[in-house]
Amino acid sequence: MAKKKKEFEQHIFYDWCKACGLCVAFCPREVYGRDELGRPQVVNGEACIGCRFCEYHCPDFAITIKERGASGNGNGMGGER
Amino acid sequence: MERIEQLRHTYLRHDKKFPHVWCPGCGNGIVLGSLIRAIDRLGLTQDEIVLASGIGCAGRMSVYADFNTLHATHGRALTFATGIKLARPELTLIAVMGDGDATGIGGNHFIHAARRNLNMTAIIINNQIYGMTGGQYSPTTPYGAHAATAVFGNLEHAFSIAELAVTAGASFVARGTVYHVPELDRLLEKGIAKNGFSVIEILSNCHTQFGRRNQMGDPVTMMRWLKEHAVPAVKAGDLAPESIEGKFTIGVLVDREKPDYLKEYERVRAEARQKAAEAKP
Repeated sequence: MAKKKKEFEQHIFYDWCKACGLCVAFCPREVYGRDELGRPQVVNGEACIGCRFCEYHCPDFAITIKERGASGNGNGMGGER
Repeated sequence: MERIEQLRHTYLRHDKKFPHVWCPGCGNGIVLGSLIRAIDRLGLTQDEIVLASGIGCAGRMSVYADFNTLHATHGRALTFATGIKLARPELTLIAVMGDGDATGIGGNHFIHAARRNLNMTAIIINNQIYGMTGGQYSPTTPYGAHAATAVFGNLEHAFSIAELAVTAGASFVARGTVYHVPELDRLLEKGIAKNGFSVIEILSNCHTQFGRRNQMGDPVTMMRWLKEHAVPAVKAGDLAPESIEGKFTIGVLVDREKPDYLKEYERVRAEARQKAAEAKP
C-alpha cells in the first residue's frame, strides 16, 4: 500500500510579520505569494512538503507549520530529538 | 499546540516585547529561534540559564528571551558572565554579542575569556558592521567594503572571529550562518553542552547598513550570499585553496578537552584548606 502523503497547514501570525520576504523567496514549492503589503499569503498550500524552512528562517516567529492529523507534540522541531 | 509554539510561549517574553525591534529579515531573530530550540533539546529549564548580552542589535536578545537575563555594558557581556559563573557555578552561562561588541570594544575580554576556559558559551553574531549606531565599519568589515566611516572602501583587514578564538585557546569553536539553521541548532546545542569555553560565530545579514552600502540591499540577496559563500569545514581541507578564496568555512572548527577553570580553582581551594587544617595544632 502506498504511504499516505503528509499534509501540512501554514499558519501566519500577521501581527508579528514584517514582510521581509524570506519565506516567499526560499520556499522550495512556492507555497507563498505576496499580498499588497508584501506579506506572505498562502497561495499553494497543498504543495507544502513540511521542510519548515520558512518556520526556521522567519526572524519574527510569525510562521508555524502544522501537520494535518498529527498530535502536535514533538512535531515542530524537525529531525529526531 | 505545536511544539514550536510551546517553545515560543515558554522561552520568549512573547506577551510583552513582541514584535521585536530588529529590522525586517534580520538574522538576529533567526538566531534567537535557533537558541531556544537548542536549549529545549538540551532539556534546560529557564531558571538554569543566564543570558548575558552587551550593547548593539544582538544585545537586544536578552530583552526577548525569558531566562535570567542581563543586559550589560558595551563589550562586557563576557566579564559579567564570568562574575556570575564564579559566584553561581551551577548555572549555564550564555553570552550573546555582536561582532563589534565582542572583538572591537570587548576584544581583550573575549580573547582572555577564551584563554581562561571558564565553562560558558559565547555566541557572536557577525554582521560585519556596527548596525545600530549607523553603519560604521567594525573589526570584521572586509577589506574594501563600504561603511558610513569608510566611504572609499575599508582600508583595514577583517578579524576572523572563529580562527581568533581557536588561537586564543577556546575549547569549542564553531561557525554557522543564519541560512544554515538546522546546522546552527546543532552547533549551539554542542557549544552549550561543552564543558569549557565555547565560541559560536554566526554570520548574519545586516541589509539595512552593510547590504545597503555594498549593493546587497535586501535580506534575500544577503541570504543567498551566505548560502553561496559557505564551505563546510570538513570539506575545506580537500578543496583547492583558490576555489575557496573569499569564502568562509562553517561547522565545528575545534573541539578539544582542556582543564576547566572552575575545576582547577576548586582543586586549589581544597589544597589550601587541607594545608590550613594541617597547620592547626
